[in-house]
Amino acid sequence: MATIVDITQEKALEVNNFEFTYASADAPSIKKLDMPIAKNSITALIGPSGCGKTTLLRSFNRMHDLYPGNKYDGEILFKNRNILSPKEDLIKLRIQIGMIFQKPTAFPMSIFDNVAYGMRLQGIKNKTELADRVEKALRDAAIWKEVKERLKHDANGLSGGQQQRLCIARAIAVEPEVLLFDEPTSALDPISTAGIEELVVALKEQVSIIIVTHNMQQAARVSDYTGFMYLGELIELGHTEELFVTPKEKLTEEYITGKFG
Amino acid sequence: MTHTQKRIIINNVVMVLSTLSALVGIGFLFWILGVLVMNGIDALSWNIFTQEGAPPGYEDSGLKHALIGQFMIVGVATLFGVPLGILAGTYLSEYGQKSKLAETIRDISDIMMSAPSIVIGAFVYAIVVAPMGHFSGWAGSVALTIIMLPIILRTTDDMLQLVPSTLREAAFALGAPKYKVILQVVYRGAKAGILTGILLGVARVAGETAPLLFTSFNDNFLNTDMMEPMASLTVTMYNYATSPYEDWQKLGWAAAFILSMFILSLNILGRLFIMKRKGK
Amino acid sequence: MGIIIDRVFANLTKIIAVAVLLLVAWIFTVLLQHSMNSIEYFGFDFITESKWAPNLEKFGALPAIYGSVLSTFLAMILAVPLAIGVAIFLSEIAPAKLKSPVGVSIELLAAIPSVIYGMWGLFYFVPIIRDAFGGIGISMLTAGIVLSIMILPFMAAVTRDAMNTTPDILKESAYALGGTKWDVIKDIVIPYAKAGIIGSFILALGRAIGETMAVTFVMGNVHKISTDLLQPATSIPVTLANEFTEADTDLYYSSLFELSLILLVISFTIISIAKFYFLRRTKVAS
Repeated sequence: MATIVDITQEKALEVNNFEFTYASADAPSIKKLDMPIAKNSITALIGPSGCGKTTLLRSFNRMHDLYPGNKYDGEILFKNRNILSPKEDLIKLRIQIGMIFQKPTAFPMSIFDNVAYGMRLQGIKNKTELADRVEKALRDAAIWKEVKERLKHDANGLSGGQQQRLCIARAIAVEPEVLLFDEPTSALDPISTAGIEELVVALKEQVSIIIVTHNMQQAARVSDYTGFMYLGELIELGHTEELFVTPKEKLTEEYITGKFG
Repeated sequence: MTHTQKRIIINNVVMVLSTLSALVGIGFLFWILGVLVMNGIDALSWNIFTQEGAPPGYEDSGLKHALIGQFMIVGVATLFGVPLGILAGTYLSEYGQKSKLAETIRDISDIMMSAPSIVIGAFVYAIVVAPMGHFSGWAGSVALTIIMLPIILRTTDDMLQLVPSTLREAAFALGAPKYKVILQVVYRGAKAGILTGILLGVARVAGETAPLLFTSFNDNFLNTDMMEPMASLTVTMYNYATSPYEDWQKLGWAAAFILSMFILSLNILGRLFIMKRKGK
Repeated sequence: MGIIIDRVFANLTKIIAVAVLLLVAWIFTVLLQHSMNSIEYFGFDFITESKWAPNLEKFGALPAIYGSVLSTFLAMILAVPLAIGVAIFLSEIAPAKLKSPVGVSIELLAAIPSVIYGMWGLFYFVPIIRDAFGGIGISMLTAGIVLSIMILPFMAAVTRDAMNTTPDILKESAYALGGTKWDVIKDIVIPYAKAGIIGSFILALGRAIGETMAVTFVMGNVHKISTDLLQPATSIPVTLANEFTEADTDLYYSSLFELSLILLVISFTIISIAKFYFLRRTKVAS
């Protein structure tokens, strides 16, 4: 069915025969989906709204479990285990697979405490260790210079773009292996967006990245692989350049040339 | 034990504790409701509606006097409180808007809504009861009007502000004078909300006891002269419940039941109006 | 013609709105005037004197003030944790099917008149206290408990509303870092809703201290300062409810007005703190 490029490098995640049904829906929102995610690469998910790309993204860290009645089927393999198993330790999973949201979500606390939050949850109390790792995360998120003088200030005083980088720092501070980005620039201006995109590209040295975006140019700019989804199915997964230049599926071509969506 | 395990245990403990406290809180509240319904239904009879008060021991005693008195006192308060409240609320929303005067009136009204109602009773005693020389239904109505006024005022203000300004502008663009815009367009747009405000305001004052204790006072028999002391369900309930006679206490429960059902109905009705408006 | 009606209507609404302000000023003035007798006679001693003996023309407000403060304090100690528990349950734990019916019944219970709570307290709670601790059951403790039950629905409902203002996406961000439900509640939801929660607690306190009927049934109206919570006691509203119609001398009458004035000033202060300090920009409507 779907055209899926052969990924030769190591894989971060493997989605096999995956189905997802919302509590309030009769039919599954994602149907029989197979998809490999390459390690230390950026995979972009594109498709018209309602195609299931965000639903799929939120399955990787089991965000859907926060609301009762949602149902998973099939498997998502991560480090040789099926993370959809009812026995999966969600706290550990969410530390290993971090997430960045559509809007900046600075917590109601200081800049420092925001970044230290995930580490403190894990029981790290040592002040120097915390300070070192907060600094490293802020440097990696390219925001250290802007905030180093005001770490004790309320994080909500930062601009939108700064807050989003702070959230990225907060996510990478716990050293996850995978980072999920759910339309991370949809609430930002073009300059902040460029900054976040640059940051995402730089981060793939450390983590595997999946990014959902409604913006095809963004997918083309940052990702190594792109998956096109439509009506809950993966239509095509390919190397980003190939997918945008020579799509193998007719639906993909129609979408990227703007015939629908 | 790792830190995460500890966190999970603490989490579970807190979840159990807050579920328990919810059970305790909700349990108490349903206990009260249950007591009210059981005793109320037990005490209800036709006599309640057809007979007046009687000395303890008399079979044929009822609450007719208190029901009629309650209706008159609350009715007169509503007659005054609602139009005054709506007009004052209209000033805040349509004329005063964000001016200092309007904001001050809003703040003071908010505070008045939570102010102790017994103090209003004392005030009305001083300005109405003392000059007249005796308690009266009027005094009770004045006290309830004062309590109702800020409630109607603030809900009217809030509800009128919810009417989109484009609607006003469209009416002005047709050359309508402001009072017509308000009376014919703005009020119509906020109808459901204002009605809800009135229902909740009436429900609130109907349950007031303290401000009636020394304004309308009480009367064990039917009286429809507002110049004289007048029975109300709430004060009757208080007097009967604290009396040592079992049949009076029973009448007290009947009064409590009737009053609560009335107030709950008004609240539910108010909710339905709001829901209907949201559904549109 | 239209212009004249327009002006009349505008001025009419303004006059009534301003009259509300004047009414409040009038209330304070009248209470103060009627208190003058007592204020001139007792001076500052009125609020430090602990003897209240109408037959001796001796009026000290301390027992009533003490009773108001202590009963409200007891009520808050009991109601605050319960209200937080109920609010957490309603906003974060309860299954969707329970949230709405339980939430609505709590809101409806907040509308039940306080006189009903007082009656329930007298007939059902006083015997329990009597059996458990001895004595007559009418006591400071009983009043505190009944008062706490009365303010619980209001407190729980507004605390839940405040907690529900926390955006889902903010909570999800904390879950995405491996937080447990409690971590999210204590680190995100409560800090986010802090001002609203504290504000509504103080507002509830302001209402509780002026509450009459819930406590009048079960407190006893005894003007005596005791640290024994099982002794009957009094509060300002309880004194007013019991004695206002009995005041037979000018000084007695004036002392009761001074009590009213003190109560109004206390309530106004507490409610203003809640409103101006914590609930700015949010609505106080119940």
